Amino acid sequence: MNGIAWFYFPARLAWRQLIFDRTKLIAATSGVLFACVLVFMQLGFRDSLYASAASAPVKLNGDLFLMHKQSEAMWRPVQFKRSELMRTLGHAAVAEVYPLYSALAPFKNIETQIKRTLMVYGLDPDSMIFDLTGLKNKQTELRLKDTVLFDEFSRPEFGPMRQLLMAGQHTTEINDYKVTVIGLFRLGVSFASDGNVITSDLNFMRIFPNRNVSDIDLGVIRLQPNTSIKQTQNELRSRLNESVNIFTYEELLEYEMNYWANIAPIGFIFGFGTVMGLVVGLVIVYQILFTDITNHRNEFATLKAMGYEHGYFVRVVFASAFFLAILGFIPGYFLSIFLYQLAESQTFMPMPMNISKVLTVFVFILSMCATAGLLAIRKLKSANPADMF
Amino acid sequence: MAIVIDVQGLSFSFGSGALTQPVLKNITISIHTGEIVLMTGPSGSGKTTFLTIIGGLRQAHHGSVMVLDRQLINSTEQIKVSVRQQIGYIFQQHNLLKSLTALQNVSMTLEMQNSMTEQQRLEHSAEMLRAVGLGERLNYLPDQLSAGQRQRVSIARALVGQPKIVLADEPTASLDKQSGHEAVSILKRLAKESKTTILLVTHDYRILDIADRVVELEDGKIKNA
Ligand SMILES: Nc1ncnc2c1ncn2[C@@H]1O[C@H](COP(=O)(O)OP(=O)(O)OP(=O)(O)O)[C@@H](O)[C@H]1O
Ligand SMILES: [Mg+2]
Repeated sequence: MNGIAWFYFPARLAWRQLIFDRTKLIAATSGVLFACVLVFMQLGFRDSLYASAASAPVKLNGDLFLMHKQSEAMWRPVQFKRSELMRTLGHAAVAEVYPLYSALAPFKNIETQIKRTLMVYGLDPDSMIFDLTGLKNKQTELRLKDTVLFDEFSRPEFGPMRQLLMAGQHTTEINDYKVTVIGLFRLGVSFASDGNVITSDLNFMRIFPNRNVSDIDLGVIRLQPNTSIKQTQNELRSRLNESVNIFTYEELLEYEMNYWANIAPIGFIFGFGTVMGLVVGLVIVYQILFTDITNHRNEFATLKAMGYEHGYFVRVVFASAFFLAILGFIPGYFLSIFLYQLAESQTFMPMPMNISKVLTVFVFILSMCATAGLLAIRKLKSANPADMF
Repeated sequence: MAIVIDVQGLSFSFGSGALTQPVLKNITISIHTGEIVLMTGPSGSGKTTFLTIIGGLRQAHHGSVMVLDRQLINSTEQIKVSVRQQIGYIFQQHNLLKSLTALQNVSMTLEMQNSMTEQQRLEHSAEMLRAVGLGERLNYLPDQLSAGQRQRVSIARALVGQPKIVLADEPTASLDKQSGHEAVSILKRLAKESKTTILLVTHDYRILDIADRVVELEDGKIKNA
């Protein structure tokens, strides 16, 4: 057999046998569809987790960053001395340094009075540590006592802040301390925080009376123009206390991502979910292919007696697996798009369906079906034409 | 006339060691081109076993089995496959693929041949089905046909590739007298037209009249060769 016939004929036979029994076809397709949706959802949540985990660090505006070595991630920092940050000013390449204070605290919904935890950042209003437009024209106002900016992309449980502000309601409580919301910015929620508030470093100390200006959560360093970030990082590292990490922007992002992917159990859970989805799909497809071969054993033996070779039946089984993969994937894809939108509207975290995810899942599903085919093929050996007569 | 099947001193046993069960004992038989040979014999005498060895479906190790000038004793899979491709089989049960129509079933024989276009395959197959009297049933599934019609589809499938040899193992066993006789008559007519050799195993004495020669196998030996 040559060329197209080499695959076309066995594929055609596989197809004819598949569509002959509609009920079984639907069952098999549902199995693949299920696995497909499961994997799509796991990957979707995982990616959304990673993307949102880095939502705060992505907006950071600096060249190098200091963080305590025991800080596993930005949302659960271990404080270190501000003097450590100040020491870096001794290096000629360092232009300016700013501390960032952060803490989780309950925020009272103005409408319902219900408190819910969000992330509060304290910073020097002029520093522009966060590259956020909402921050730009509020720098002077933010210096006033007890003023804060609120993240418009926070979860709705904190109240419809934009409407409330327009209606003139802007006083609420953070950490049981009275504050005035003077504006909005857009950052976004993450698995660590349902919302964000930015305030000045001085106001931060007022909201958290047991915090101390000299204990900071993150140090932001900006370098003189035209200096090597890497080189400066190396030189500074030798001067710094051993308990402090110094990261470039990229390293900080990576560190945050790595926390969610490997240190927090969440990354593992999604990986586990993905594998489980594939295993369930594998078992279903294997079961289907296996019974299929068993049911067609006599037919295969007949064809063998007619002169068809073993390879032909291998291709029939793989073609079946391939068709099941396609037939399950297409509805699985559309169902997942719908579920992504549903999840987005519930979690307020972005869940984009992008081409790389589609390809990844498709390759997963395809390999899953191929593996099932590979396992089922052993059963072909039992189709012995000598037992046919 | 040329000899297409030449068996010399073939012996075959199932099992090994103490459990060895000799089934064929020193069989010698030659069958010429175009001959129709019927093989009868009591149940368990080894007829089916003999047929599967000739057809390249079972490996024998002792004696000589030349089929279409190929030695099947201790042969490679490749040789067996090529012999199978030149032989038409008719089974006791029809063994059609139940998800394929009559036409598609017959066409399966031709799919192994690259020389034909799909169009030609279907035309040949349809022609063969008309020859067995099923011109009106081309697109019927096996389940929609009677037992006799199914066996005729099998005959069409066996013959459509213009095999040199047709092997049939009790092809009429599941048919009533009428359709059984009809089926073998068709088989005989078509085989004679194309000089196809037929080796047919049967218990059915009603069809002995189609044979050029009848051989009887008893306890693994040919009685009246
Ligand atoms: N796969 C096998 N393994 C072991 N023994 C077998 C096998 N197939 C057949 N036999 C034995 O070989 C002997 C010959 O069997 P065979 O099927 O060739 O007889 P047969 O002449 O075709 O009988 P029947 O007329 O009933 O079809 C029997 O005793 C049978 O039990
Ligand atoms: Mg038999």
